[in-house]
Amino acid sequence: MVIKSAEDLKRLKEEAKALTGIRAGQGVEIIVGMGTCGIAAGAREVMSAILEELNKRELADVRVTQTGCIGMCEKEVLVDVVRPGEKRITYGNVKPQDVTRIFSSHVINGQIVDDLVVAKLD
Amino acid sequence: MQLYRAHVLVCGGTGCVSSGSKKIQEAIVDELAKQNLDKEIKVVETGCHGFCEMGPIVIVYPEGTFYCQVQVDDIAEIVSEHLVKGRIVQRLLFKAPLTEEQVPSYKDIAFYRKQHRVALRNCGHIDPEHIQEYIARDGYEGLAKALTTMTPQQVIEEMKKSGLRGRGGGGFPTGLKWEFASKSPGPKKYIICNADEGDPGAFMDRSVLEGDPHSVLEGMLIGAYAIGADEGYIYVRAEYPLAIKRLKVAIAQAEELGLLGDNILGTGFSCRLHIKEGAGAFVCGEETALMASIEGSRGMPNPRPPFPAVKGLWEKPSNINNVETYANVPVIFLHGAEKFASMGTENSKGTKVFALTGKLRNTGLAEVPMGISLREIIFDIGGGIMEDKKFKAVQIGGPSGGCIPEEHLDTPVDYDSLIALGAMMGSGGLVVMDETSCMVDVARFFLNFTQKESCGKCTPCREGTKRMLEILQKICDGNGVPEDITTLETLGAVIKNTALCGLGQTAPNPVLATLRYFRHEYEAHINDKKCPAGVCTALLEYKIVAENCKGCGACARVCPVGAITGEKKEPHEIDTSKCIKCGSCIEKCKFNAIVKG
Repeated sequence: MVIKSAEDLKRLKEEAKALTGIRAGQGVEIIVGMGTCGIAAGAREVMSAILEELNKRELADVRVTQTGCIGMCEKEVLVDVVRPGEKRITYGNVKPQDVTRIFSSHVINGQIVDDLVVAKLD
Repeated sequence: MQLYRAHVLVCGGTGCVSSGSKKIQEAIVDELAKQNLDKEIKVVETGCHGFCEMGPIVIVYPEGTFYCQVQVDDIAEIVSEHLVKGRIVQRLLFKAPLTEEQVPSYKDIAFYRKQHRVALRNCGHIDPEHIQEYIARDGYEGLAKALTTMTPQQVIEEMKKSGLRGRGGGGFPTGLKWEFASKSPGPKKYIICNADEGDPGAFMDRSVLEGDPHSVLEGMLIGAYAIGADEGYIYVRAEYPLAIKRLKVAIAQAEELGLLGDNILGTGFSCRLHIKEGAGAFVCGEETALMASIEGSRGMPNPRPPFPAVKGLWEKPSNINNVETYANVPVIFLHGAEKFASMGTENSKGTKVFALTGKLRNTGLAEVPMGISLREIIFDIGGGIMEDKKFKAVQIGGPSGGCIPEEHLDTPVDYDSLIALGAMMGSGGLVVMDETSCMVDVARFFLNFTQKESCGKCTPCREGTKRMLEILQKICDGNGVPEDITTLETLGAVIKNTALCGLGQTAPNPVLATLRYFRHEYEAHINDKKCPAGVCTALLEYKIVAENCKGCGACARVCPVGAITGEKKEPHEIDTSKCIKCGSCIEKCKFNAIVKG
C-alpha cells in the first residue's frame, strides 16, 4: 500500500491503532477469573471465546486481563466488565456461548446482561 | 488484523541487549508457544527505556507492569503466573531504593516521574522496526500537516516560534538555521542529520535512533521541505550497528509506504535519504568535518564562513541538525509551536535528554524540561550518589563541557546558565563524581580524550592540548610547580580563542572549569604533593595505623614486593621506598589499619 494523501495516512493510523491500542490503557476492561477454580470451571475456553469475539469485532481498545480467585468459586467462571466511569459488573457461571451476548449488549452498548450478574461494585 | 490480549514488550536497546535481553525474548516466545498462548499474546521488541541500570526490562500490557533485571529463569513464572493467572510476579518489580517498596507500574517509578518525554516519546513504547506502530502514535502527522497546510516559509516561522535550539551542543536556534539555508539560492540543497554521537557517556542519540528512527526521518523531511532540499544524509557512526540497522529498516518501510521518495503524500514534494557510516572520529561530529567525510575526504574541519547554509555538502547549501533536534520537530507541528514553547525557560524551550552516568544510583536516560535544577536530575531522578558517598561535582557536556560543584546545583539548567557556570549543555552527558574522584585526574581524563581526537589541522588544538596534557600529567605525578596553573590558564584561553573548530575551542573547558571550582586540589598536588581524593598514585603513601594493627600478617603475605614487615601480633610497618602502591594490603586488612593519603 502506498500513502498518497493526508487522508490515506489517517486511515492507516486508525488501522494501526489496533496494534498498540491496549498499551494506551483506556477503553473497556474485561477481567477473567483465572484462579485454579476458574480454570477448572472452563476459564480458558471463556477467555478464548472473548478473544475470538474481540478479533471478530475488531475492538482494539478493549483490554482483557486476568485475576486470581476471589472466593466465589462455585460461581466460576467469573467475568468482570468495567466500562470507563461505570460500575464494575461481575458475571458468574459464564459459558463460552454467553460471551457474544455480553459483548453485544454490555461491552459495546452499555446494557448490563441482568440474568448473568452476580455482583456490582463501584 | 490479529488482536492480542496482552503485549509483552522486551527492551532491545543496546544496554538491555548487553545484559541479555535477546535470550529473554527468545525464552518468552518459546514459553508462550509451549503454553499455547502465542495466538493471544504478542511479544514486541522495543528500543531503549532509558533505565538501563535496571535492565533487561520487560513490560507487560495492558497492565503496564514494569519488570526489571529479568533473567531467563524468571520467564516461566512470568508466563504462568502473570500472563495466565493475572498474578503479578512481585519479586521482579522495581523496588524504590529508600522505602524498599515495590512499584508495579512504569509511571510511578521515581526515575520516570519527573521526566517529560518529548524526543523520547516513543522509545520503549513501540516496535521501532514497525512503521505502523509509529503511525499509530501520530507518526508522520506533523509532516502531513506541514506539507498540506503550510508553505516552507510558514514552517520556518513555526520553528522560530517554537524556540527549539540545537540539541547537539551549540544550541543555535533551529528555525534560524533553516531560514539561512532556505534563503541560499540554488536548485540543489541537502538536509543532513548528525548522528556522530561521540561524547564519552552520551547515548541519547543512539537511543532515539534505535527506539524511534521514524521520528528522526520525519523531522528531516519537514526540514527538507522548509529549506527546499530533495536529498539528505544521516551521518551515523559505525559503532552503532543496531541504530544503523533500524534506520535502514525505517527508510525502507517509509519508502514502501511512499512517505519517502517522490511526490510525498501527493503534494509534489520529493526527498530521498541516505545513510553514511562514519568511522569513529570524534572530530567528524563537527559539521564541516562531517560534510568532508560524507564527500569522501579526510574528516577535517574547514573554517567558517562560509557556513554550511551557504556552501555545505558538495558546495551546495545544506542544513545540519542533530538527532535529538530532529526528533523534536514532528511534535512541534503536531501540537503547535506554542505548546512546545510552553515548556522550558525563557531562552531555552522544550526538554533536553541527559545521559546519567558515573557514581549515581540510577544511571540511564532522563528527559526533563529545561529549567529543572541539576539537583533534581541527580538526586530525584538519578537517586543520589552510590553508597551514600558525598557528591563532589558533575561534569556536564562531556569533554567539551565543565564540571559544576555542589554550590551551583540549584541553578536552573538551560543553555545560557550552563555557559555562565563555565560548562555547556553539549550533547547532554552528565558524569557524576563523588568525593573519591580527583578533579585534576578528571580534567586529565577528558583532555586526554580530546587531545587524542584532535585532527591535527590547526596548531592551537594540535600543539596546545598536547602541552596542557603534559602539564596535567606532571602535576598528577607530583612534579608540578606553582607556575603550571597560570600556564594552563593562558594556554586554555589561547586555544579557546584560536582553534579552528568546536573541538579545539572547547577542549580546555574541563581544565578551566576545574581550575575555577577546584583550584585548591591543583594547589594541593603542586604545593603539598598530596592528592586529596587519594587517586593520583604518585602522591599517595600507604601507612599502617599502629593502634588498629593486630599483627595478623595478612598484609605482609599479600604484598607482592615484600614492603611490609613486623613481628607476629605486633604492629607492622610499610617500607615506603619499596611500596608500589598497588592497594592489595588495604583490601586484605580486616581491621582498617592501613590508610592511604
